[in-house]
This record gives sequence, structure tokens and C-alpha cells, in this order.
Amino acid sequence: MNRKKSSELLSQLVFVGPSTVFFLIIIVTPFLLGLYYSFTNWNGISGEVSWVGIDNFKQIITKDPDFGRAFWFTIRFTVVGIILANVLGFFLAYFLTKPLKTRNILRTIFFMPNVIGGLLLGFIWQFIFVKGFSAVGAATGWSFFNLPWLGDETTGFWGIIIVFIWQTAGYLMVIYISSINNIPKDIMEAAEIDGANKLQILKSIIMPLVMPAVTVCLFLAISWSFKMFDLNLSLTKGGPFRSTESVALNIYNEAFQNDRYGLGTAKAIIFFVVVAVITSLQVKFTKSKEVES
Amino acid sequence: MEASKNYRWSTLLTEVVMILVGLVFLVPFYFLFVNSVKTFGDLLSNSASWPKSFEWHNYSRAWSLTKFPSAFGNSLIITVISNLLLALFSSMAAYRMVRHDTRYNRFLFTIFVAAMVIPFQSIMIPLVKVTSWLELNDSIPGLIVCYLGFGVPLTVFLFHGFIKSIPLEIEEAARVDGTNIYGTFFRIVLPLMKPMFVTVIILNTLWIWNDYLLPSLMLQSPSLQTIPIATFAFFGQFMKQWDLALPALALGILPVIIFFLSMQKYIVEGITQGAVKG
Repeated sequence: MNRKKSSELLSQLVFVGPSTVFFLIIIVTPFLLGLYYSFTNWNGISGEVSWVGIDNFKQIITKDPDFGRAFWFTIRFTVVGIILANVLGFFLAYFLTKPLKTRNILRTIFFMPNVIGGLLLGFIWQFIFVKGFSAVGAATGWSFFNLPWLGDETTGFWGIIIVFIWQTAGYLMVIYISSINNIPKDIMEAAEIDGANKLQILKSIIMPLVMPAVTVCLFLAISWSFKMFDLNLSLTKGGPFRSTESVALNIYNEAFQNDRYGLGTAKAIIFFVVVAVITSLQVKFTKSKEVES
Repeated sequence: MEASKNYRWSTLLTEVVMILVGLVFLVPFYFLFVNSVKTFGDLLSNSASWPKSFEWHNYSRAWSLTKFPSAFGNSLIITVISNLLLALFSSMAAYRMVRHDTRYNRFLFTIFVAAMVIPFQSIMIPLVKVTSWLELNDSIPGLIVCYLGFGVPLTVFLFHGFIKSIPLEIEEAARVDGTNIYGTFFRIVLPLMKPMFVTVIILNTLWIWNDYLLPSLMLQSPSLQTIPIATFAFFGQFMKQWDLALPALALGILPVIIFFLSMQKYIVEGITQGAVKG
């Protein structure tokens, strides 16, 4: 009996142990420490850390317009970015589920940007905005290309949006394609026989039946855009004058540029709470949709 | 007949429009490539045109200035080892959690799933403190430990869902034949999980290979730089020297593009799986 128990314990340790240990060290410990540090004046360098209560949170809310601005930027960016990326992703999928000859190669092309990391993508686009656009502008005379791209708040915002869409639309397209392919063929055929035109089929059959995929894609895109860091860093570094700084970049700068680790952790905790609320809404919403479909 | 003729015309129109959209998607790659082989003067005077001459030595200069072989090697080691260990440990943990559904294991699984909500940026600051205590900073094994920690929740979650769909009868037969739990797992269950291994490895490879923030916090020595870190450092130094920066970027994206083109089928499947389950 005892031997059986100890061999059970051993296999529990062998199978679950390694994952649990890494998880505890890398995620749980920093998370708990973060909760503590957010109530301190830790500066990252000196050993002295003293408790300051809720001062950090007070300061963030009352005296830190940059953090509020970063949040507002991130929210605006998320709303615009996820709508445009999903609309494009959906229509790419819609047309690429038709019997086109170039369908496979086009799918490859649309997906390709997604495998490149955000940092390198951002640098490539920085060149295109700065040099490429002005060359196109000089050749065509279109004022769109002659704007000061990435040089002011508006073009900075839309510049990051363009790259975000270019990067994510193909990924969303893949999910929409699999969802459209799952629509039973006989439903579509029945609608065609009944004389429904393409627009009617799109509106009354495809759209409602891909709703579960829409939910998945919307929230995937929310989580990417809300945590955006690499694109932001490589395209504008949050500039000019911090006008395009995302929350993630703001937290990073607070800790690693200004050496205010305590304040940075407090911001990180606020960020966590917001992301956790959005994600749990997502799970709840997705679950309820799954029952319907 | 008339319907199919009609259909062909509209399909052709769709085809043409989609090819145009595809070309727009490729424009950045065009700019990157043609300008990476221009002389600096040619590049500044007109960056949209085809190169007057192909300056391939731009690439050899970028190759040696970024120490590309070293960065590539570091990225490769980190990605491969993290991937193998992550898949092994996570599949083992998930297997045990499914087949040995105790209250303790259920609690642990709940914690893993809950932790997937935590964004990296909200724990990165104290993480640096923890890793310096454990002397994991500025070392590749240390960085791999971090990837194991961050990768475990999603990877266990994906395996957990998959193992539930494997019928128990196969394992029971093996157990009756006297195979112990380790033999059952490694010889019977592991081969059955191959499709999920492919999915998990693809998702984790794209994440780890492209990750910038974590290695930038962990690695300081120039000799340990990964491709994203080396590119960032190079860009800071040669900001306006596009004749060096562009070939460096082209070199940087080449491995992952090759990986994508050769593994495309699995990548697309993996993404669909991961999205449905994650």
C-alpha cells in the first residue's frame, strides 16, 4: 500500500513537476512580487524598498497625463485596428473561398507578413513611410503619399494602423476561411436554387454562420492590439512627443527608462486588471455564442 | 450553360481584383528588396525604382556588421531547445492531469488557464528581479527557462484538450500487458499526440523566434544577441544608413520566411487549431 502510494507520488512529480516549477518561478513569483512592489517606491537599483501605500496609484491617476493618454491611444487604436483588420480578413476569406486559380498563392501572400516579428516589420515599414511613400508621392503627385508620415500624431496613428492591418489580416483570414468552409454545402446550394443572389447569400447565410469565428477573431485582435509593443517601438518609439505611446510601451519606459520600478509595477497591475476584465468578457461572450451556433 | 458563363466572368473579375490586392500586400517586400541592393545615392534619389546596379556587397557588409551567423545561431538554439522541452514537459503534465483527475491536478490546471490572462508586460518588471536572484540573466539557458515558464500554460492547455479525445482503451490494454505508466506514455500516448505536437511547435516557434521584449530584458552580452535584438541594436547604430539597415532586415526575415514557405500547410492548420481551442 505504502509502496503504491510512493510510486504514485513519484509519477505525479515526474509528470507534473517540471512544468509546475517553471511556471511558479517565471509567472507566479513575479506576479505576486509585482503586487507587493506596486505599493512601494522601488527604483530597481538601491536595495532599499519602502512601503508607500496607494501613493503610486494616486499619482498615476492624478498626476500622470501620459499614462491616461497612452490608455486612450491604445483604446482608439484597438477599436479602429480590430474593425479594419477583421473587415479585410473576412473579405479576403470570402473571395478566397471562391474557385480562383490563384487562390492558394494568394492565401500564402496574405498570410506571409504575419510570420515576421513585429519589430522587423516595423523597421521595414519605417523605411516605406519615410522613403518609399515620398518616392511614390513624387511620381504620382498624390497628396496622400506626401503627408509627413510618422512625423505627427495623426500620421503616426494611421501609420501603425496600416502596419497592424497588414500584419494581422492574413491570420484572421485563415480563421475565417476555415469557418466559411465549414458551412454545409447544401445550405448554399438550396439558397442558390431558390434564386438568392450573391449579396443575399453573403448577408443571410455566410455572415450569421461565421459569427462564432467573428467572435474569436475580434478578441484575438483585441488581445494583440491591446498588448502592442514591438510595432509601436520600431515605428514611432511612441513619438512624436509620446502621442502614439501604447500602454505597454508606457509601462516599459516608466520602469526601464525612468527607473521608477515601483510606479511601473503599479501601472502594470492596472494594465493586468483591464486585460483580465476584457479577456473574461471574451470567454463569457464566446461561450454564449457557441451554444447558439 | 448561361449561368456558368456568367459565373466565369464574375470569377475572373474577382480573380483580377484579388491579384491586385495581393500585389499591394507584396509592395513592402518589393521596397525592401530593391533598395537593399542599391548604392546609397541611388536609394536616396529614387527608392521606388528598380536598382541601377545590384550591390550585393551591401549584404556581405550587413552580414558581418550584424554578426548574422552568431545571431542566427543564438535564435536557433533558443527556439529549438525551448520548443523541445516545452512540448515534452507540457505534454507530460497535461497527460497526468487528464488521466489522474485529482482535486489537486484540477486546481493546478485552473491556475494554468487563469495565468494565460496575464499579459507579459504586467510581470516583466519583477521578473527581471527574480531572474537576477536566480542568476538566469544574461545567459541562454536562463532565457530558455523563462520561455518554459511563459509557454507552459497555453501548451498544457492545448495538449489537455487533445488528450481528452484519445480513447482510454488503448492505454488500458497496454497497462494490462504490464507496461508501466512511463512506458505507456512514451511508447503509446506520445506517438498518438503527433498532430498536437506539430501545432504546439509551430505556435511556439513563431512566438519565440520573433520575440523581442523578453530577450532584450534578459540578454546584455553582444555575443548572446538573437536576430530581433541584433536588428534593434544595428538599427540604433545605423539609423539613416539604409544601404546597411535594409539588407540586415532582409537577412533577418529570410529564415522565418523560408520556414513559413516550407511548413505552410502545417502552419495554417496549427493556427486554425490553436484559434479554435485557445
